[in-house]
Amino acid sequence: MNLALSDEQVFLREAARGALSRFKTLEAAREALDGDQSALPDMWPAACEAGWPGLLIDEDRGGAGLDAFDAMLVLGECGRVLAGIPLLGHLPASAILNDSSNAASLLEPLAGGERRAAYLPVSPPTDVDEHWSVDPRHGAARATAPTAASSGEGTATVSGELAFVPDAPNADLLVGVALLDGQPVGVAIEAGATGVSVEATTRYDSTRSLGHVSLSEAPATVLDASAESLAAAWHLAQALIAAESLGSVETALDVTVQYAKERHTFGRAIGSYQAVKHSLTEVLRQLENGRSLLYYAGWARRGAPQEFPLAAGAARSVAGRALDHAARTMISVHGGIGATWEHDAPLYFRRAQLSRRLLGGTGAATDRVAGELIAQADAA
Amino acid sequence: MDLDDTPEQAAYRAEVRAWLDEHSSQAPILQGEGALEDEDEIIAARREWQGKLAEGGLAGVVWPKEYGGQGRGPIEQVICNQEIARAKVPGILDAIGVGMLGPTIIAHGDEDQKGRYLGPMLHGDEVWCQLFSEPAAGSDLAAVQTRARLQEDGSWRLTGQKVWTTNAQFASYGLLLARTDADVPKHKGMTMFIVPMDAPGVTVRGLRQISGEAEFNEVFFDDLAVDAGAVVGGVGNGWGTALTTLMYERVTIGLGGEGLGYNSTRFAGAIAGDEHARRDPEVRHQLGEIASELLAVRFTGYRTLTALQKGQIPGPEAGLAKVTIVNGAIKAGDLIADVQGPDALEKDSEWAYMISFLPGLKSAGGTEEILRNTIGERVLGLPPEPRLDKGIPFSELRSKEGAAA
Repeated sequence: MNLALSDEQVFLREAARGALSRFKTLEAAREALDGDQSALPDMWPAACEAGWPGLLIDEDRGGAGLDAFDAMLVLGECGRVLAGIPLLGHLPASAILNDSSNAASLLEPLAGGERRAAYLPVSPPTDVDEHWSVDPRHGAARATAPTAASSGEGTATVSGELAFVPDAPNADLLVGVALLDGQPVGVAIEAGATGVSVEATTRYDSTRSLGHVSLSEAPATVLDASAESLAAAWHLAQALIAAESLGSVETALDVTVQYAKERHTFGRAIGSYQAVKHSLTEVLRQLENGRSLLYYAGWARRGAPQEFPLAAGAARSVAGRALDHAARTMISVHGGIGATWEHDAPLYFRRAQLSRRLLGGTGAATDRVAGELIAQADAA
Repeated sequence: MDLDDTPEQAAYRAEVRAWLDEHSSQAPILQGEGALEDEDEIIAARREWQGKLAEGGLAGVVWPKEYGGQGRGPIEQVICNQEIARAKVPGILDAIGVGMLGPTIIAHGDEDQKGRYLGPMLHGDEVWCQLFSEPAAGSDLAAVQTRARLQEDGSWRLTGQKVWTTNAQFASYGLLLARTDADVPKHKGMTMFIVPMDAPGVTVRGLRQISGEAEFNEVFFDDLAVDAGAVVGGVGNGWGTALTTLMYERVTIGLGGEGLGYNSTRFAGAIAGDEHARRDPEVRHQLGEIASELLAVRFTGYRTLTALQKGQIPGPEAGLAKVTIVNGAIKAGDLIADVQGPDALEKDSEWAYMISFLPGLKSAGGTEEILRNTIGERVLGLPPEPRLDKGIPFSELRSKEGAAA
């Protein structure tokens, strides 16, 4: 048993921190909120230089051949500085293609980042919902997954709507799941093909690029990835957004602890008061729980695939709550200034509110934890 | 990073499993059909079983070989615990002695003490108890008032009261923290003693808990005489010796939460049995939140083990796992009682027992508030609360407290 970072993983994390420190991401996030989207730096070249687009692609296909935990380390660093690098969309898409034997030509340009993919998130069935489903454009009810109609050997046309797809704008390739005769199949769709429209949008957090994807008989390559692989891509996305959220928690905690040491009231640093100290240790408690679950998810994807849905769901559930709590604590410990445009706290708060509602939301992840455990209990 | 056994660990696991396959039939039955009921019989049977485990090398896994242990690491200890749980047999009776007090004696005791006490402790022939907390010294443990007075012949006389003492009713010995000098600041005037529990001057009284059972005791010392050889770690060094015990207590609690049965699998099982509840979104949401945190603690334990294996000493942050376990289990008990209704509170219900046990566990091994103080200061580096007792002789503290109020 060994739950420590390897030397390579420590290096990967530190290299990521160094690469991201060259950008003024927080300033850009604030300017973009004021309407200047052009303030957001294009960080994709830096990501390509670091080899991140190929993290989950096998070495013999041009990638780094690393695993989910390594990708989570990078996402965590992005989360620390609210960097808007489109890995949340790209990496699960690349994982599906990497699991397909008929996608080599699609995969190669993705590994080096010459082309960028976005994952079309379709959630697999649970113990109480037998359907594959997608996030709705409005409201609480899940929407139906896209459907595919065979159009020849290994090709199909795909139709359907997917709302709030992370990193879809400006992606070259869309990779996800469609139902062919009711069965899930992997599909890869050129974003520029006829019948494909991607409407770029943002909500509340300017650093997060989202797109509403409409597919109307869009031509697709049908991938031979297994249904397990298609489901695992959803769980991978859960684990990645969890890692990203916990990175943001780290910064929120660091900044807030520092302030609690410096700010004095009634002749004492405010961090000496139990009310403040205990609320900061609560942030730490949730952060540590989340970190432990990232280890679980990072190990389970290959080490115990049957537990990956549980591990990734638990990580997402804890991380989502942790970020909301950390951002609120950051604001309240800083007092009034924490709730103003002058401070970075609102940027983390905005990140927390949107992140918790994407990719099914933390609620669906929490429900999946319950479902997986109930299924385990039935099997025992 | 991986969770699999190394070849050496796998070999050790096979060895433990083989021993258990051969000897499990001799283990006492504590639950279900054929279970022992008489309290004295249960204790006797569990002592005998601890002796067998010790002979087989399944007790004192991390103790040095020269004291009868296996000289192995914490991972092997966990592997051993896992295999004992898998075999569905009880573990050692004296987890407090073997897990916390024995290692303290190994670290601070003299050769006579090690030679005399460690063997019988390991084999369950003499059970031990921890005599630290007092009615007025819990979170502020260094405020102990049990007084040990040096006699002219070099022996000591002890008078005072201890409380929350698990296993005192059948223990042979206790490790006792006493005040030997009240005229120095409180952390400096304490000494650790080994005391016999069956001597004149020792009275043990059971303290019944919410469940109605008495799992721990209060212990009174009325002029108990012990000789100079009873001092562990030197006169005036009691606090340092106590910190060693508390460090082992943290490790035991941090790694042992799953052993208490507060885990997501068990709680999910209680919900899965109800056809309505298992589909109810609100029940599922609560179960999912509770279970996610309890799952996290399992992997926090593995992280702690990794640190131990690398020779690092687990820090106070392990206390966060205790906070998560206790609060998670409290919420789980509440949820299960909501689902099952009054039946969950039936006299012999495992859930009634758990629901009764947890409010006290919140304070055991460090209250949540003290743990959060310690972690805030030692891990996050936040400044401590101002203290009124710094550098002041213990004997003057009482009047000081009165003045501050």
